[in-house]
Amino acid sequence: MSYRSSVDIYTEWDIVAARQMGRNEAKKTGFGTVDQARITTAISELARNIYLYAGKGKIEIERISENGFFGIKIIASDEGPGISDLRKVMEDGYSTSGGLGAGMPGVKRLMDDFKVVSEPGVGTTITAKKWLH
Amino acid sequence: MKTRIPILKLNDVLIVSIQWELDDQTAIQFQEDLLTKMHETSALGVVIDLTPIDFIDSFIAKVLGDVINMTGLMGAKVVITGIQPAVAITLIELGIRMENVMTALDLENGLDKLYKELEA
Repeated sequence: MSYRSSVDIYTEWDIVAARQMGRNEAKKTGFGTVDQARITTAISELARNIYLYAGKGKIEIERISENGFFGIKIIASDEGPGISDLRKVMEDGYSTSGGLGAGMPGVKRLMDDFKVVSEPGVGTTITAKKWLH
Repeated sequence: MKTRIPILKLNDVLIVSIQWELDDQTAIQFQEDLLTKMHETSALGVVIDLTPIDFIDSFIAKVLGDVINMTGLMGAKVVITGIQPAVAITLIELGIRMENVMTALDLENGLDKLYKELEA
């Protein structure tokens, strides 16, 4: 039975709530300080993307286990405009909001596993996992 | 809720210790507060200590980078101190290069570095 917690993202304050939840879950799962920082940062980037580009959505965090390995799964989902050019979004330095363009490629580097499903006009779901080593 | 980061003056230098996790509004407010304080006090340098901070995302990194450039435009120098190992690792993995930024391990070293830079 997996345990999942969730934060709805509507305002900037929800970004703070999402990353606090992430940090707590990472700590409980047994991650060290560096991995806690990686997970917290990844959640912050994903939550901010929802806030900036979709307006609303949610961040879910699940403690997972597979083949004897334990980890954490982040699911960032929204029903926003979707990502029309996924390749561009994964390029370092690409931003349509005046940001650093570090978010998406950064999250991919911070986490062990990263998957984007996006359909223009329907929404985006990003799933990222981090395993305890 | 509106929290503001205290900015202390010590001779020609302003000292800022960021004690808690930054939300977006606080970060933007800090940008403005710091520049206003510099203008009021004619400070020549700023030390921003990040010792208690356990993560920095790309937004906070951008605000910090911007504030350093803005401070530079106003003729002052900035030293960032106390970046934790986990923060340094995640910043680089995130793809953020804090180039041309003076850094030091702690406040003491940061002040030393800043004074040397101001004398030069």
